[in-house]
Amino acid sequence: MRNPLSDRIVEIPSSGIRKFFDIVSEMKDAISLGVGEPDFDTPWHIREEGIYSLEKGRTFYTSNAGLKELKVEISSYLSRRFEVTYDPEHEVIVTVGGSEAIDIALRAMLNPGDEVLIPQPSYVSYVPCTILANGVPVTIELEEKDQFKLTKEKLLEKITEKTKVLILPFPNNPTGAVMTAEELKDIAEVVIEKDLFVISDEIYAELTYGGDHTTIASFPGMRDRTVLINGFSKSYAMTGWRLGYAAAPRIILEQMLKIHQFAIMCAPTASQYAAVAALRDGDKDVQVMRESYDQRRRYLVHAFKEMGLECFEPHGAFYLFPSIKRFGMTSDEFATRLLREEKVAVVPGTAFGDCGEGFLRISYAYSLKNLKEALSRMDRFVKNLDRKA
Amino acid sequence: MREKILAIIEKNSRIDLKDLAVLLGESETAIANEIAEMEKEHIICGYHTLINWDNTSDEKVVALIEVKVTPQRGMGFDKIAERIYQYNEVNAVYLMSGSFDFTVFIEGKTMRQVAQFVSEKLSPMESVLSTATHFVLKKYKDHGTVLAEETPDERMLITP
Repeated sequence: MRNPLSDRIVEIPSSGIRKFFDIVSEMKDAISLGVGEPDFDTPWHIREEGIYSLEKGRTFYTSNAGLKELKVEISSYLSRRFEVTYDPEHEVIVTVGGSEAIDIALRAMLNPGDEVLIPQPSYVSYVPCTILANGVPVTIELEEKDQFKLTKEKLLEKITEKTKVLILPFPNNPTGAVMTAEELKDIAEVVIEKDLFVISDEIYAELTYGGDHTTIASFPGMRDRTVLINGFSKSYAMTGWRLGYAAAPRIILEQMLKIHQFAIMCAPTASQYAAVAALRDGDKDVQVMRESYDQRRRYLVHAFKEMGLECFEPHGAFYLFPSIKRFGMTSDEFATRLLREEKVAVVPGTAFGDCGEGFLRISYAYSLKNLKEALSRMDRFVKNLDRKA
Repeated sequence: MREKILAIIEKNSRIDLKDLAVLLGESETAIANEIAEMEKEHIICGYHTLINWDNTSDEKVVALIEVKVTPQRGMGFDKIAERIYQYNEVNAVYLMSGSFDFTVFIEGKTMRQVAQFVSEKLSPMESVLSTATHFVLKKYKDHGTVLAEETPDERMLITP
């Protein structure tokens, strides 16, 4: 028999997080700080709208780009919150999570050999999706000394004649880093000067602490160069509904829509109706959840400081990214031993890129009770290591 | 800061002062002072425990009573309410808008005990025109807390 597989897909390593997941799932009683999704249930009024849509028999396809009323709500939300204007008719597409939007944006924009700049540590899909889209991933290694922000210098260093797209993953998973308006302005200047495009993954846009999120699309000249990606998973605790969206200039969006139309048809209908309710009446829910994450964020930052684990203060998403370099272990070793010895699951920083070595991703999307238990086990673990050192 | 303190301790009045300070990014002294101040101003009126009596072997009956009254000269609603809420059996008294005047929550050991209270204490009051007693059959949610058992965290242990 011939080899049934595509060489390209076989060559892509499976997600590093997956390997760790397999180890963790063997441990039944482990407590976890390892998830990348909210601990809240979707607010009831949103769930109810989804249920209601099913009761009314709205179980058909929607148009490819999504329900008209949802696209209108998305467009008005983007203008209300981030001061960017998109025509709901031609410049907004509802996708199956933000992840689909990342995939189709790359596929719509890349020609073979085009280089895509990917700041790391960052979400696991940018590199493989770039490869699948015939692009060449070029990583930019962000550093703790810059609070894991993308700087103009780091960006310029990696730009070549083949560079076409910059992925901008802020607020960032796994570091919790954010980019301020001031800092984005520098990036926007380079992007325009070098004639690049940006795929801005803003899925955590609602989860910033101590300052509102700014989108790079709101800078002069940037709207036409940006695919803005957002969704409902993190802000409204709707991960399982699989619903995201992209807003982009018509010329790009039309091609994204083509891929979406052939691969997906349309995002789940019940989820789309629920999302309409989220955007219409969900502001208060977002605010309550944000405040709760913020409190836990402070709690964790404080706890790590007391534990002697060095960690810069993150201002976005729901992660901390403490350094474990002083223990002379790799992230993988540290995480595996922490799991085996204290039954606490965290994600090694290397799951998010090689430059995540020496760090751990800690999620604070957990109840205070859970956090306390996990922290006291980590504290014991760290003290043990220190004693032996 | 007050709203934030209240929002937390309304759900968990037993939280450590130290934890509260860290969660809100304030000093312990500042939090302690604010709480003392709110106690003094009677914004914080008590620290109660939410008990699901159904899970104990104690028998308890709770009734909600709608009460219609006629306020008389020199004796407004507040005075009448006072005569009602002084009884130990009475858990809560609210003045209502709408077709009746007070909602009175009564707690007793048995239905008969509650009935007795209504017929012997409440109804005979001069200002009371009529009462309607509703017994609580089951409490699902109280003080913003669902009384059913906690649902386990069903998320996968590790996700990207």
